[in-house]
Amino acid sequence: MKHLLSTHDLDVPTVAAIMNVADHMSEINARSVPKVPALLGRTVASVFFEDSTRTRVSFETAAKRLSADTMSFSASTSSVNKGESIRDTIETLSAIGVDAFVVRHASSGVPVSVTEWTDASVVNAGDGWHQHPTQALLDAYTITRELGTGNTLAGVRVAIVGDIKHSRVARSNIDLFARLGARVTLVAPGMLLPAGLAGPGITVTDALDDVLPDVEVLYMLRVQRERMDAGLLPVGGEYSARFGLDERRARMLSGDAIVMHPGPMNRGIEMVMDPAELPGSRILAQVRNGVSVRMAVLFRLLGDGQLGA
Amino acid sequence: MTDNWEHDSGEATAERAGHAVTKKNGATTGGRSIVIKGGTVVNRGGAARADVLVVDGLVSAVGEDLTGDEILDAAGCHVSSGFVDLHAHLREPGREEAETITTGTRAAALGGYTAVVAMPNTEPAQDCPEVVAFVKARAAEAGWCDVHPAGCITVGRLGKVLAAFETLASVGVRIFTDDGNGVQDPLIMRRALEYSRHLGITLAQHCEVARLTEGAVMHEGQCCSAMGVPGWPAIAEELMLHRDIELVRLTGAPMHFLHLSTAGSVDLVRRAKADGLPVTAEVAPHHLALTDELLRGFDPVFKVNPPLRTAADIAALRAGLLDGTIDAVATDHAPHAHHTKQMPLDSAPPGMLGLETALGVVLTAVSPDPVRVVETMSWNPARIAGIGAEHGRPVARGEPANLAVWDSSRVWTVDRASLASKSRNTPFHGMELRGRNVHTLLRGRVTVRDGIAQESGDARSIGSGGGR
Repeated sequence: MKHLLSTHDLDVPTVAAIMNVADHMSEINARSVPKVPALLGRTVASVFFEDSTRTRVSFETAAKRLSADTMSFSASTSSVNKGESIRDTIETLSAIGVDAFVVRHASSGVPVSVTEWTDASVVNAGDGWHQHPTQALLDAYTITRELGTGNTLAGVRVAIVGDIKHSRVARSNIDLFARLGARVTLVAPGMLLPAGLAGPGITVTDALDDVLPDVEVLYMLRVQRERMDAGLLPVGGEYSARFGLDERRARMLSGDAIVMHPGPMNRGIEMVMDPAELPGSRILAQVRNGVSVRMAVLFRLLGDGQLGA
Repeated sequence: MTDNWEHDSGEATAERAGHAVTKKNGATTGGRSIVIKGGTVVNRGGAARADVLVVDGLVSAVGEDLTGDEILDAAGCHVSSGFVDLHAHLREPGREEAETITTGTRAAALGGYTAVVAMPNTEPAQDCPEVVAFVKARAAEAGWCDVHPAGCITVGRLGKVLAAFETLASVGVRIFTDDGNGVQDPLIMRRALEYSRHLGITLAQHCEVARLTEGAVMHEGQCCSAMGVPGWPAIAEELMLHRDIELVRLTGAPMHFLHLSTAGSVDLVRRAKADGLPVTAEVAPHHLALTDELLRGFDPVFKVNPPLRTAADIAALRAGLLDGTIDAVATDHAPHAHHTKQMPLDSAPPGMLGLETALGVVLTAVSPDPVRVVETMSWNPARIAGIGAEHGRPVARGEPANLAVWDSSRVWTVDRASLASKSRNTPFHGMELRGRNVHTLLRGRVTVRDGIAQESGDARSIGSGGGR
């Protein structure tokens, strides 16, 4: 595997292998000195054309714990504002010397194009509404480790709730969860649900309350406030009333169900209650696992198979 | 059977002295004759083996065993009226980094075209006689093919104020369109139709309800859902088409529909024609051959407006073209500078080259029937463009020698680097096509010979080596 652009690049055995390596990485991360020389001398460039805090920090932490050098580029501090093209940026950084690009862009498909402009590996850190494959990996990893299902999601009942249409997290998770054997229910109002997503193991509904008692994993998607401004959602609190997670709905969940969210949360829209009050919340576990999974991905793309620890 | 010298004139002296004389309209004179030898002549009655003799810009004879001063080998080829493109973006004035009138019309000549309608989305727009005159003058200087600028329906293509139809008609404009900005306001479109009705002009609409396609990148469907980009739904085209068909019914004014792309659109036009409404329609070659699946790699070279659609749409468009529902193949030749097609898919401009590949695509993807090819690429578009006196004529004695000679069995691989357009954005790069233009004649002057554009110097020297 040279690049990780989409969950479609990951077959099931590869996912299992990454999860196994992520377990090693979690063990390293729990040490008093959480650092190994596995990628010593390698350079990982995070190139973010769209603002992000958590994903960027997560990737850079992952690279550093593997002893890679990191290079950081963001659109706000770069010459992109002066009209430099993405291609010029990638070619320039490649000439400086980069082994892997971690790319985020607001436009779908940019990481795919980047592979044509560099010999380095490319990891998609989120592109438009398209894909966010490391998010899907860390989410699948979190579920398997929380539910103790090994490296599979066979038969696990997952509901993904909210703005499916504009969500790269949804596209990645739907694909990966379904291929790992999960039974995925998409819960969204019609205008946030593109046609053609239903398939083997994937069903669609707009009745959240009917779904809640039966799910093992409730995955809440972020709904951006600008969608409301664009007239996409009904007036007032109707979206939150139908699709938000509040105390009443939290009580409808079975006792051992877990609740996940890719962050950052929009309090008062999809998250109507304080997530700290949610016993099933695994939101911080997702963040922790994110570092381990991204270490596993970078190691797979750049490493020589020896962790050196 | 024909006296080669019957058109001779005093100018022959100059010609014999080594200087061919070119009339203002570009027709060669001097009586030197060209015989197109060994081809199959395509006319409405069918295709029949015959030589074609061209003298003084006119077809002077069609028959067996003709002789002339110069021979164009047409063995194995069809000989037809030159192709007419209803929909070309030549980019000049304003976007000369993508195409100029010279490079665009040279590409057209290579594709077998003798006339193109130039779309008005230039900068400034072709909404006044000055810009129209500029485009025509540039085209005449270049001399590759006739260019008929389309006018705008509204000033600046802004959809607000009607352009001066009569003023533009008086300088020869016959087609009016706001092209990429389909006229959104139904009241403006109604007025435009009512006003145009008795001016002998045709309005052409780009059917797109803009509100339904904001930010749209590609056909709204399975592929688009998976890729996570904003979709361009078929209904956005069909709603506008339906509205305008009903406005044609109300006003009685003719209307032409640009680059239709959906199966539903074919049905709407079929019904409108069955009702006897004065509507015509075109389809672009890429919509007859390529599907939205090609976008999966996010390459903007496959981005076009309206977008590539599904196999079912392609099947319906092919059927519509073959049964006469769709009148014409029009290229929507839309050059874009290379760097703009390297932007992300959502910000790259839509559009594809088409002039040099249209014939091959139609022959490969739709029909090898030469009569239907010439009908949809020459006769019908010439009539719709209002230039049927000069172009799209029968290949017969006394007719203008605007001719294409093409080999319908030649297999070639499209190479974007070897196209004549200034831009490289062909979606057919690397694909194999069957059928290619070989020679083109504009008023008797050879603009393309053996697939090679004849620069004006070469064109002047034609004849010196003739008489093989």
